[in-house]
Formats: sequence, C-alpha cells, structure tokens
Amino acid sequence: MSTGTTKLDVVVSDVVPVNELVTRFHFRRRDGQLLPTFSGGAHVVVEMRDGERTRLNPYSLMGSPLDTREYTISVRRDDVGRGGSLFMHRHVRPGMEMVISYPVNLFSLDLRARKHLMLAGGIGITPFMAQTAQLAAEGGNFELHYTCRTASLGTYADVLKDRYDRRVRLYHDDRDERIELDRLLSSQPLGTHLYVCGPSGMIGWVRDRAAALGWPTETVHFEHFAAPQPGAPFDVTLAVSGKTIRVGEQQSLLEAIEAAGVDPPYLCRGGVCGQCETNVIAHDGKFIHNDHWLSEEEHRCGKKIMPCVSRFEGRSLVLER
Amino acid sequence: MGITFRKETFRDDFTFKNSPEHIRRFPFPFHEDSYMYAVNIEPHVLGPKGSVLENLIDVDEHYVAEMQDRALVLAEDPLRCQSLPHMTLAGWDLLELLMEQQAVGYPEHFTLSRDGDKWRWINRPLGIDDSFTFGDVSTLPYGPMEYITRQSQGDFCILDQRDGNLWMDAGMVTTQADWSLDFDIGMNFFEWHAPVPLAHEKGIFTRALKFLTNIQQGKPARRLNWTMTINPRLDTSPENYHKWGPDRATVTPENVGDKVHLRVELQSFWRLPRSNGIVFPIRCYLIKMDELVTQPKWARRLHRVIRDLPDELANYKGLTRYRRTLVEWLSKLDDGSPTSPGFGPD
Amino acid sequence: MAAKSIISRPVYGTLSPQPGKHHLFVADAEGALAITDLAAKAPDGFFADAHIIFIPGNDSKHVAALEALKPAQFYQGPSFASALPRLKQTLANAHMGLHLYLAGTEGLIGQAMQAALEAGIDHTSIQTEHRGSLARRIQCVHCKGITENVTTQPATCSHCGLLLLVRDHYSRRLAAFQGVCINAEDRSEIPPTEEIFR
Repeated sequence: MSTGTTKLDVVVSDVVPVNELVTRFHFRRRDGQLLPTFSGGAHVVVEMRDGERTRLNPYSLMGSPLDTREYTISVRRDDVGRGGSLFMHRHVRPGMEMVISYPVNLFSLDLRARKHLMLAGGIGITPFMAQTAQLAAEGGNFELHYTCRTASLGTYADVLKDRYDRRVRLYHDDRDERIELDRLLSSQPLGTHLYVCGPSGMIGWVRDRAAALGWPTETVHFEHFAAPQPGAPFDVTLAVSGKTIRVGEQQSLLEAIEAAGVDPPYLCRGGVCGQCETNVIAHDGKFIHNDHWLSEEEHRCGKKIMPCVSRFEGRSLVLER
Repeated sequence: MGITFRKETFRDDFTFKNSPEHIRRFPFPFHEDSYMYAVNIEPHVLGPKGSVLENLIDVDEHYVAEMQDRALVLAEDPLRCQSLPHMTLAGWDLLELLMEQQAVGYPEHFTLSRDGDKWRWINRPLGIDDSFTFGDVSTLPYGPMEYITRQSQGDFCILDQRDGNLWMDAGMVTTQADWSLDFDIGMNFFEWHAPVPLAHEKGIFTRALKFLTNIQQGKPARRLNWTMTINPRLDTSPENYHKWGPDRATVTPENVGDKVHLRVELQSFWRLPRSNGIVFPIRCYLIKMDELVTQPKWARRLHRVIRDLPDELANYKGLTRYRRTLVEWLSKLDDGSPTSPGFGPD
Repeated sequence: MAAKSIISRPVYGTLSPQPGKHHLFVADAEGALAITDLAAKAPDGFFADAHIIFIPGNDSKHVAALEALKPAQFYQGPSFASALPRLKQTLANAHMGLHLYLAGTEGLIGQAMQAALEAGIDHTSIQTEHRGSLARRIQCVHCKGITENVTTQPATCSHCGLLLLVRDHYSRRLAAFQGVCINAEDRSEIPPTEEIFR
C-alpha cells in the first residue's frame, strides 16, 4: 500500500526577501480554509512546474504551529545546485497557484525532554523557528545556539533574539565566534535532548562530540536532507514495469523513474525517511550512495538504493520497480 | 432523526442487545472460512451508508449505555485512564479529532463551535454543554484525553513516536480484551504485544510497525481484530479476570446462543498533528450468537473458523474451556454449503 | 530460566566501559563481580570520577574488592530502600554524559532503572548485568500490590491472597513482572507449586 501524503492546493500569498541569499514564501489554501495543523520540525514537499520538468523539494515549515492560516518556508538560493532554489527565487510570485504535500515530521521534538538544546547552522535555523514557537507557547525549556557566517546572513537572528532574548546565543564566523561545544554538552542537566540542523560538517561534528562525551544516541536528533547531487547521466532498467530510462545530469533517479510514469512512494526526497528504498536486481558498475537511511553494510553490498538522492556510474543497472 | 440510544447494561443483568439494523451492520471479521494472523491493514476511508464505516468515528445505538459503563469502571478503578506527563499535547490532538469527527458525522447529536482557541462543545445524548480554552487544561473538568474519551465509544491508546518505535504512553482502556493499560503503559510496540503467540515469529509486528510509523496526517488506516466474550461484558480486563473468568465455565449447549458473544475490534490508526503521535482507537462491537446466526452465511463461516483455529490461538483468545460446546452448537447451523467471499451477509 | 520467553522479558548484558567521564554504579551482592570484571577491561583513570552504590546483602565479602577500585565515591547500605534517597539525589544533580551501570538481582536492576527513568534517563542507554538470584518482583494485576522475592510458580499474592501465574511480561515502569490469577475460571483448580526462580 502506498504511504505517500495527501496534497494541498495552495496559492502563494507573499514572497519576502530576507537577506541577499534567503527568501521567504507564504502559502494559503486556495479554498480559504485553514491549513492542517503541524508539529515543530515538520516539512512539506513543494511541487515546482518548471517547463517540462516537475521538481519536488522538501522545505521545513517555519511558522508557528499555532497559526495555520498560512504556511511559511524559507529558501536559500543555491547557485550551483540543481535549480530548485533558483526556480523558487526567480519564478515564484505572489498569487501563483502551487501544490504542496501535507506536513510530515521526520525531525520531531522528544516531548519527554527536561530541556531541549538546539544547535543551528545557517539555513538550518528554519525547523527551529517552528519548534521554538511551539515550545514557548507550552512553557517548554529550550536553548538555541545559532551559528551564521555574518550578522547580515544571520537569517531571523534578530527575530529570535527579540522573541527569546537570553535563550538564544549567536555565533558569527566573521568575528571568529565559535560554539564551545564540549563545555556546552558537559553542562546540560540529565534528561536534555540535543537537536542539530545545519551543514553536514556541523552535524557530524556535533554527533561525534556528543557520543565522545557520553550522550546516548537516543538523545541526539539531527535533520539533514541531502539534496540530490547532479552527476553523469546513466541508464536504468526498471524490471517490474519493463521500462528503460535515462537519468539526466540534473535529474535524480527518483525523478527519472517518476518521469517514466512509475510512482514509488516517497516522503522526504532527501535520503532520510526510507520510503523510496528500491531493490537492485543486477548491476555492473559503482553506486554513489548519498542517503542517510541505508546502513554502511547495505551501501557496501549493492542490493539496495535510495533513488531520491543516490546515483550510479557504470554499464548497467536493473531495479525492481 | 438521529440515533435512538438503547437503555441497557453490560454487567449484572446484561440487558445488552443489538437491534435488527445493528445486526446487519455488524463488522463480521472473517472474509473466508479460516483465520490466521496477517498484516490486514487498509486505508481507513468511508464505507457504505448503513455500515459501521459510514463515519470514520462510529457512534451507534449503544453510545449512552457504553459511556455509563465506562464511568462505572473509572469510578471503581481510575488506573484505567492514564497519561504520562509528556502526552498532554497529544491529548489535545485527540480531543480535536474526536470532537470534529463526531460533530461532522452526527450533527443532530454533537456540535462544536470554534473561535480561535475559544471552543464550545455540545453533546446532547449525554447532556453536556461546555465552553473551554483549547490548550488550557484548567478550563476542562478532566485532562483533554480523559474528557473526550469519557464521551467516545471504544478504547483509546495514544502512542508516542520516537527512535523508530511507538510507545504506549497514554490511554483510556475500559473495554479491553484482556490487557492491562496500567501494566503496559510506557512499553514499546514489541513489548506490549509480547504476550501474543505466533505473530512475532511471522514477522507480523515488524512489518506492522514499519507501516504505522509511516502513517501520514489525513490518511488514517484500520484493521479488524476479534475474540469472544461470555456475556455482553465490556470490561473484560485482567484486573477483574477473577470476577469474569468463572463465566467461561457457565457455557452449556442450552445457553450458547445467549451467552457467547463474538467481540470484534475495529482498530484505526491516526497521525496526530501537534504531537506527531499516533492515536489508536479500539472500537469494540459485541454480538450474541443468537443474533449472529440470523445471517446464515456468518453462522456457517464462524463454525468453520472456530473449529479449525490453531490451539495456541484458541488458548490466547480464552476459548478453550467452551470451544467444543460452541462448535457443536454452530455445527447444527452449517449444512456444508459454500460461503461467498467477503465479509457481508448474503 | 524458561527456555522460551517473550519480548517484554528484560534481556541483560555484560557491563562494559562507556565513553565519558562520569560513571554511576548501583549493584547488590554478586553484582559486585560484574563491576570488578568491567574494571579489568576499563582504561586507566576510569574510576577517578565514578560513584559506586553497593548493597552487599548478608555478608560484606565484595566490599573490599570494590573499594580497591578507588572510586571517587563509595557507599554501602543495608537495603535498596536505604540507598534510594542517595541515588535520587545523585541523579537530580547529574549532567548529560553520566553513564549508569546496574548489576545484581533483577529486583535491584529494575528498581534502580525505575529511579533513573524518573530522572530522565532513557532505558536503552543503561548498562545492565544480571548476577545472583532469579527471584522476581511481581505486580498482582488484580490488587496492584507488589510481592518481592517470588521464587515459585504459581505464587500467592502477599496482599490479596490470589494464586498468581507469574508471567514473563515485564514492566520497566513498575519494575515488576505481571501476576495473573491462575485459577480464575475455576477456583477449585489448584496447580502444583514449583520453585523455579532461584
């Protein structure tokens, strides 16, 4: 049975440039009804009709879960990516009709936590915008440490400082300010949960230090959507549907499968949720695994692939799709 | 017009009965002449008018009597309703879900008005008219989960989702088929299912968990489960097993039709929006053998299912002591003719 | 131990040194041997910031071996109940990174884990090792009373007197196995009593 999400017909109600790299988009329901309630950390998948191509990119909801008149996302422009963020920045205007998925939360707060310690890097701040709003409304105990390159690129730093004052600490790369991670992690009361969202280097650093300092893995939460990487085109045979497809340079394997009219289930399109996991029937070549779902062992043995983010180089690949 | 609610009891003099219309809408759980565990989960979507799936949260003629029975159970044993401290938000999620579904499905009986966080809830069958602030526990006479589940048929388990598992961290359980919320609260999916025989070995729970953790908002799922109960007793809890257990020894060929009940659970699974938890309503339907065999197909099929049930399952479901008497009684209604596929009566 | 058990039956491991600086041990009787076995595998200085809470039981034969590990803090008490206020205080003041090691009887492991859960520690991050008696703590599902040190199957509830089937179904929250009336359907059926949890 498919476990995909329901779709929402929305209209872009506002487009607000936040700084030189980040723009915020507001969506309302076309029928004027309230949007579904969501929980802090949830994302939606935004469908972009870009000429012949349909792009499906996940973005964290950053508004307060208490206000469902509109959804807001913030998109950082990536000039060397596959074009989703450029499409959003260049083509999406107020009044445009779009389709987004129901919210899905793969970066949920652990509500048992005595304290929520949040570490954000750059655009990784967006899920924390919603989570801090949710916690603040319930009187939850949280502390946010936010690193950005410069003050002007500190997206929403001023808003957060204004709302939560001393519960927010800012660190600017250009002023050589660094999180004193070991000290921070060693001074947290029992029952604290740690959340990190940002560049993969930051996530790796925080997870490693937390493990070395004795934090149990259940208390360390991270969200890292891998964006699908461009790469050399390759051909794939879909054994179940009897089709042969070519995956373009700027296309993900999942997008190419969908373009051929085959619809594997998906939720995150970022190598995290495991929904689109696909069995490999035969291959002659090398996998480029970019997901966070399969184990290292599964990556090595070549029997499974996550088509949302992973690619292939070689002579032939046959998938059970 | 609305539902005519029956005045009846589920204890002492056991006056519970189904009206003829309710017999026809009974969710008979066997689609073929045998039964074994399967991951029988399907999307919880609306079904035909006049079936128990006419609304996603079903209210029927037993509503008022079941709510009275629940109040009696809770007065006797408040531990049947528990919520670990982190589950209050999920309780509000459940309150919203049940109020909305009941108000949409049965506008003549329930009305919900919302103005921001100022809510007013009218429950006519139970004579309730409360105004409260959504999210503020001090404005309700009970916690949100207890408040709304004292007004909703079926048991409710609220599951917290974390670390790739589901944790039974809150519930209202007064009509259970022999499991204890007080004992199981805080357990994960595998732990609270631990006593179920055979299914672990078949990998049923591993697959079911994978499915359930991926349930999406707005896309609930459901499955049917079943057991049998002697006398139309809703509260067959382990807590009171020493009180109802002796009933099992009272089944005779003369009283099978009145005493033995098929008990079907319509279990549904819903993602909760604020807490990201899952609520698992377990709606219990009872039908006595005399009522069930008014549908000849059901009589023939139930005979074959009970006769051929593996002993471990019969034992787990508590049938052993009266199984032979029941099978003999049902066999007289089974002429061996084929049964049509599917659940419904012919 | 029963040959075939169920998933809710706790599974105990072998204590092993975990990363981090702060280590808290709670043990009774032969549980001390699990700690000394761990010490043999531990890096130098492992006990420099460790705290051992020990309930020796009838004799004090393992006390010297534990003291020889030179933990930062060592406590011995006559019963788990007497050690509990100290354990709760220690947990209340602890920081993330603290590791908890529980060793000894099931009753000790279960009750110390119960205190740890209440303090916000996740059960999966606690190291446990079973040593010594298999006697069980039982919750009577009917009257909710706890009966300690149950060694027989069936067992009599020390509160309401019902004859209980001792199940493998275990609750971490209650730190107890479940006891369910064994002859509820016919009280005249009295199965033989066997001593099986030694």
